[in-house]
Order: sequence, then structure tokens, then C-alpha cells
Amino acid sequence: MKPETSIPTAVASLEISSSGGGAAAARRRLAALTRHLQDSSPVADDDDRRSTLLASVTSGFDADSVFAHVARAPEDPILGVTVAYNKDPSPVKLNLGVGAYRTEEGKPLVLNVVRSRMKEYLPITGLAEFNKLSAKLILGADSSAIRDNRVTTVQCLSGTGSLRVGAEFLARHYHQRTVYIPQPTWGNHPKVFTLAGLLVKYYRYYDPVTRGLNFQGLLEDLGSAPSGAIVLLHACAHNPTGVDPTLQQWDQIRQLIRSKSLLPFFDSAYQGFASGSLDADAESVRMFVSDGGACVVAQSYAKNMGLYGERVGALSIVCGTADVASRVESQLKLVIRPMYSNPPLHGASIVATILRDSTMFHEWTIELKAMADRIISMRQKLFEALRARGTPGDWSHIIKQIGMFTFTGLNSEQVSFMTKEFHIYMTSDGRISMAGLSSKTVPHLADAIHTAVTRIR
Amino acid sequence: MGGSVKMIQETLKLAYGENSESIKDKRIAAVQALSGTGACRLFADFQKRFREDSQIYIPVPTWSNHHNIWRDAHVPQNAFRYYHVESRGLDFAGLMDDIKNAPNGSFFLLHACAHNPTGVDPTEDQWKEISNIMKVKGHFPFFDMAYQGFASGDPERDAKAIRLFLEDGHSIGIAQSFAKNMGLYGQRVGCLSVLCEDEKQAVAVKSQLQQLARPMYSNPPVHGALVVSTILDDPDLKNLWLKEVKVMADRIIGMRTALRESLEKLGSQLSWEHITKQIGMFCYSGLTPEQVDRLTSEFHIYMTRNGRISMAGVTTKNVGYLANAIQEVTKSS
Repeated sequence: MKPETSIPTAVASLEISSSGGGAAAARRRLAALTRHLQDSSPVADDDDRRSTLLASVTSGFDADSVFAHVARAPEDPILGVTVAYNKDPSPVKLNLGVGAYRTEEGKPLVLNVVRSRMKEYLPITGLAEFNKLSAKLILGADSSAIRDNRVTTVQCLSGTGSLRVGAEFLARHYHQRTVYIPQPTWGNHPKVFTLAGLLVKYYRYYDPVTRGLNFQGLLEDLGSAPSGAIVLLHACAHNPTGVDPTLQQWDQIRQLIRSKSLLPFFDSAYQGFASGSLDADAESVRMFVSDGGACVVAQSYAKNMGLYGERVGALSIVCGTADVASRVESQLKLVIRPMYSNPPLHGASIVATILRDSTMFHEWTIELKAMADRIISMRQKLFEALRARGTPGDWSHIIKQIGMFTFTGLNSEQVSFMTKEFHIYMTSDGRISMAGLSSKTVPHLADAIHTAVTRIR
Repeated sequence: MGGSVKMIQETLKLAYGENSESIKDKRIAAVQALSGTGACRLFADFQKRFREDSQIYIPVPTWSNHHNIWRDAHVPQNAFRYYHVESRGLDFAGLMDDIKNAPNGSFFLLHACAHNPTGVDPTEDQWKEISNIMKVKGHFPFFDMAYQGFASGDPERDAKAIRLFLEDGHSIGIAQSFAKNMGLYGQRVGCLSVLCEDEKQAVAVKSQLQQLARPMYSNPPVHGALVVSTILDDPDLKNLWLKEVKVMADRIIGMRTALRESLEKLGSQLSWEHITKQIGMFCYSGLTPEQVDRLTSEFHIYMTRNGRISMAGVTTKNVGYLANAIQEVTKSS
């Protein structure tokens, strides 16, 4: 469990040791990159090429190598017309491109019957302000990656949509088609990656004996992954286990990943919801981005803003340079356009409104903390209730695990029993959503667990 | 994952008919989709998964994103003739030929009304013949209906082609969009439906559509769907909507007339009849890419390089300017 009070605020200034075999290896990688780039980018001369390849000093590897080869995609022939129109400074101009109805005054028509202040189509990449604010939220307001314009952020349909778009992009443009996902993970992860065209492999994560992290297994499995492979990481509040690495463990994971040039792909579905602190829950992601390396992040606002039904999320890809980020963004558009053209406006405008206004943002952080605190108190209550009943076994994992879910360790027989006899519904892997508990219902659950554990082995 | 039940029910009635037997018999597998694009993509993915060897026949020309959609779904594409360049109308003979020559049981993408980008629709008699030949060949018609209400001003009339096919007993698929006819562009509201043999098959197909949506975006956004179901479910609101749709369609029809008349008044030697013959939001002007480029660079008039003009962007204030510009770039041709 993450140490609650002693999280060092100086995380960003972690000493980062040079990794990956030193200067000779770096020169080899630079040479390979130079050959690679010869095909795609119209760079004037060797000097230019080398300067764009300059690795970040802190990382000890080539930060922009993974996406530097990505070519700029052409604008969509239809939507690009509006882009060109908007750029045109002429006082007299006409947009006869997109099929969007206009009134006699040349204005979009909000049908009376619809009666709301709606914009027309969002750009393919979504609401620009939402994207900027989302990147800031996960990467931190002081992020140098943002400052250097090395981050491209596109609005997607919640976490699922962000994962899918990111995965499709990688399947097309990234040199390695294998993604390592933790065992276990959210049930939808393997399907998302497989349908996107990636090969799914697993790395050990959960230890059923300790009901905690199988750290050794994790390091071994990632250690034997092929160089460059994609690694899916839950930013915080691992789903379904609730087991998160400590900060020290995160740093070891980071070093291992960088040493093998693996690509970290974060799924951040619970920022703020896990510990109650937005910054604390983003530590893992920020740790990786701070070392200057590439990173992919899928954000969801389903839980932390309660916008489940509106499908609000964002995909950010941290690249080596601003130019690479821009090219990557153009390719992301080619993934999105044939999927759903552009994302839904409603939820994103709500999020943008809250994030941009300091008062509303503050209110949100208070509500977030309240949600997180309630869940933490449910954990505490359940733990105490089991202890009071003398339920056999060690139930401390209930308070050690974090986030919405607890991996109880109950087996499927015990789970069925609890459903039949006590009308308690949970997934057969023994995962319970703590958010579904209240002080009133904790005793019932404790009784059920107690009975199940004593009756069935 | 299926989306708002109420919204889907009402949406199906728009396409299949208020008293549709297919709806009553629960033979339609339908899910809320991310507007027209999302509905087409979901169908393309479904086609790929369950009819691995199939291809899609796409009209020439079509909305450019149709090609992207079926390509990303990894479904091979074929073309069928549609637009007749010389007459700026339908290449009916070519179309019928291509339908006949396609292997039995092929998948065809049809624009239900207001063809994008040409604005050229088959007549009712032509639709009947198309339906006949498709039935004989056992083809599967997939309708993209993005402009119901916008073409004639009357949604029932705009669904005529679909109703003809239903009468002829086809199994069809439909992508419906509320982007334009409800002005809900940014909310991404639409519906994908597949007419099945029976209720059991419809249940199975729907579950598979949901399985495809889950790893793409899990569930569709609720907001726009709520707006649609609120409007369609209330007779007064629905009437209000129908009125507004007619106003939109009429304004566009008015602009078509105004543009054509302006060009004729300017003494253009070319025929601009097609402007008023074509239907829906777009006019396939016949302008060449070079002429389009001149319109942009010299007159700051923006349109796609295939010469497609969104008539919705034309107003009484700018129609004169537009006519003048078109006359300028075409007068030597």
C-alpha cells in the first residue's frame, strides 16, 4: 500500500541514473535512428537530423526515437476545408465545405425544439481547452513536457476509447506489436488491445498468497519482455485487485522499463479517487514523464467526475519533440475519423468548465476527497467487522488495497454461496466494489464473508 | 452498452415506419451508435467478424470517410457506378449492370436519400428496379441515412427507398444519424439497426454488436440520446421538430433556386440545371479541382476539391458573391 503521509513532494527531482549501457549503446541507437529517419522526414541536412535526435540528458536513451519516424498525415479532405477556412484572414470568405446546416444569417441553427447552446461538430481531436486541461491534470501544471509542447492530447470516449485509439495508433506506427498487461486486469483490456491489432501477453502482478504485489514476478516478466514492447500500467487503484506498487517500487519499474526501452501505456481511471489527492494519484505517471522518456496515458473522467454516461476521456502521448507530437496527432486523427469522426461535446464541456475555474476545481477536489474517504472508511469498517467476528484468515489486505475494488481472495464457490444465501453480488473472482457498501450494509457483508469462509474452503 | 432503449425504439420508427411489422415482431437488432460514422463502422466491424469473406460495394462517388471506415474494418471494397458525369445525374444503366455482375449475396452500401456528395437520388421507379434486382441476386443492402427529413422536408418521404426494400422482403441494415436533422452534430447520436429473420436472431445479432462496441468505447454517450428520445417521444415536440426540419429543407431548396437563377442571370453559357435537380445538402457543381482552387485563392470560397458545395452555407446575402465567383472561374470553359 502506498504510504499515505510520507509521499515526498520532491518526487520530480528524483535522481535518475543513466540507464541502458552508456555512451556506446546510445551512439548505436542514434545511428539506427538516423537510418530510420532517412525514409520519412524531409530534413534538410545531417545537422538538423542529429539535433532532433538529441536525447534528453536525464534519460540516458533516445526519447524521441519511438515516434520520430511517424509521417504527417494529410488533413481530412472534408474537415480540412474548415481548417483552411478558419485560417483564412480575409474579411470576405465563405465556407461551403462541411455539411452542417446554416441559417440565412450563416449561423448554425440550434433547433428551437432542441433548445440548448450547442456547438456543431467538435474537431476530430475534440475540445481543445479540454485537452489542454486534461494534460495538465495528469502531468502536472509544471510539466516540462507540456511546456515544451511535446505532448499531444486528444479527447476520446472515456477510458475505453482512449485505450482503443492509443492501441490502434501503436499497432500502426510503433515498431513493437506486443503489449504486456498485468495478471489480472480489467476484463476489457485484452479485448481492446487485441481488436486494435496488438498481441497481448501477461506479466505477473497479483500474489494470491500475500494478496499483494508479486513484485519479483513483475520484474522478471518485464525483464524478459522483448526490447521496445508496450507495457500497460494502472496509474493507481489497480482494477480489480486494488494493489498498487509503492513509490520505490514504481521507480524500480520505471528504471527497468527505460533500460529495455519498453513503452509505458498508463490507464488512469481513478485519479483523485484512490487516495483523495489528484497529485498523489498521478505520481506514477509523472515519475515516468519526468525522466524525459516517451509515455502514453489514457484518462477517464467516468469515476472521478461521475460522468460515466457521457464518455469523457483523453489520450495523451508524450513524445520527444514538439514536431513529433504534432505528427503523431495528425496520425491519431486518421484513427479517429473512421471510428466516429469526432467525440461527443457535452461531457467534455462540463469537464473543461470545472477544470478551468479555480473555485469549481477546488469544490471538485473536496468532493473527490469525500468520495475517496468514504471508500477508505468502508474498508476500515469491513476490516473491523471481520475482526470482531473472528473470521479466520488475514483480512488486512482490505485496508492495504486502494481504490474502488477489493480483491477479497474469496474463491468462486464462496462467491456463489454468498450470492445464493446472502444475495450479495460480485464478480466470480471475488472482487467487490467498496463503493457499493454503506455503514448499514457492512455488517451483512461481514456476516456473509464469515459464513462463506467458515463453511466452504 | 446498447444505449437508451426509448431512443432506439423511436429512432427505428422513423426509419422502418410508425406501424412497422418488423418492429412489432422484434426482428430488428438495434444499438445506439456514435452518429452515422459510428453506425457504419460498427456494421463494418460486424460484417468483418461474421462474414469474413465478404466485400462492400460502394458507390462512385461517395462520402470520402466511407472508404476509411471499411478500410479500417479490414473489409475489402468494390465500386459500383453511380454518378453520371455528363448528365450530372444517375448512371442508372451502369448501376444496374454492376449490381447484376456482382457475385450473389454481395454487400451494397446505399445512400437512402440525398446522396452525398452528388445530391443525385434514384427515382422511386428506379429504386423499385434496384430493389428487384438485389432481391434476385440475394444482395445485402446497407443504407446510410444521414439526411432523413433534409432531402424533401418530409422524413416519411425520405425513407421511401428503405420502405420499398422492406416491402420487397429484404434483410437490410441501416445507419441513422441525428447530426444534421436534429442539429446534434457534436453529441454523436445515431443508431445502427440490422433486420433479422426472427426475434431470436435479432437478440443474437444485438449482443454481438454490443460485443464490438465494448472494446471501442464501452457505451455510447447518453446526453444526445436523451435529447432525441425526449423529442421523438412527445407528440407536440415531435411535430415541432418536423416543422423545423421542413424549414431547413425549404431554405436549402430556396438557395438552390437562387444560385441557379443568379448564374443564369449572369449570362453563364453552361447548364446549371443540376443545381435544382440535385437534392439534399450538397450540390455537385461539376467544378474542376483547378476551378475550386481558384475559388479559394481568388475569392476565399472554400469547398471540397471534388466541387461539392454545401448549399447550407449559401445565404441570400452571399449567393450573389458565390454566383459571380463561379461565373468568373467557369466563363472560359
